[in-house]
Amino acid sequence: MAPRKTPVVSRNPQLIRGVGKYSRSKMYHKRGLWAIKAKNGGVFPKHDPKPKAAATPVKPSKFYPADDIKMPLPNKRKAKPTKLRASITPGTVLILLAGRFMGKRVVFLKQLTSGLLLVTGPFKVNGVPLRRVNQAYVIGTSTKVDISGTNVDKFDDKYFAKAAEKKNKKGEGEFFEADKEEKSELPQDKKDDQKAVDAALLKSIEAVPDLKSYLAARFSLKAGMKPHELVF
Amino acid sequence: MVKGREGERVRLYVRGTILGYKRSKANQYPNTSLIQIEGVNTKEEVAWYAGKRLAYIYKAKVKKDGSHYRCIWGKVSRPHGNSGVIRAKFTSNLPPKSMGDRVRVFMYPSNI
Repeated sequence: MAPRKTPVVSRNPQLIRGVGKYSRSKMYHKRGLWAIKAKNGGVFPKHDPKPKAAATPVKPSKFYPADDIKMPLPNKRKAKPTKLRASITPGTVLILLAGRFMGKRVVFLKQLTSGLLLVTGPFKVNGVPLRRVNQAYVIGTSTKVDISGTNVDKFDDKYFAKAAEKKNKKGEGEFFEADKEEKSELPQDKKDDQKAVDAALLKSIEAVPDLKSYLAARFSLKAGMKPHELVF
Repeated sequence: MVKGREGERVRLYVRGTILGYKRSKANQYPNTSLIQIEGVNTKEEVAWYAGKRLAYIYKAKVKKDGSHYRCIWGKVSRPHGNSGVIRAKFTSNLPPKSMGDRVRVFMYPSNI
């Protein structure tokens, strides 16, 4: 059977489980079976069964397991990306709490399908490139930057995947030399992507007084600062 | 250390003091430690810190993973009493020599 294009919806609302609102005769009228019959000359239309494809001969199995094993139930769950906090919207300035760039203030671009947040320094301002970061390691501030000029559609989790490493054949003498050539340069198209995203961002950043130096400065706790009392 | 953090030192943790183990008068339970966080004085203020990660950092003579510094990670679990002390559980129990020592209370996993 071809799959249905519209989902099956019942025209008979349930009053309680097992009890519908309409009787059989009312449902007959609601479904319009009388109209179908009228169109077909008083008889419900019949279709001849489609010719069945010749059944391939099924070979009897040679192997029968000794005990009946219990099959686990199929798991059809799909993971959703983490719920984004209300304080984090595209264009928000975030403070990174851990990692190589801890304390840096960065601009949030969008949430990727894996749930991670895509952020950028911008690179020229504070040295943070296009990067993914986990929402739990970030504080959302109330400062917003206008990112309407940027196009971030091309970035997804696959863009950040590690490049597949070339398989090095085992060669005794080449072992020591091969290690020295490992350092990989950042491909030029990634640098161009960075520049493209940052160009539009820098314009909106420079439009706001002091925002550029704010993003360039790092956040730090000082003496007497209590995070549970700070308003970010 | 990672090159990206050379030069500017930023403190993104709150200082805390290890007071000792959870205990009654004559018995102590070393799987839970009590921590006093700087600047936190009531149990309502502790609510912000629930679930935050803690690190007890200490030095050792033998280099491990290229460093003399070692760390025991833990989490803030709940307030202890009315005056801002917290109970914390660590991946392995804190050693008794840590009583009175510094612990770092990080601001992650963050909720703001």
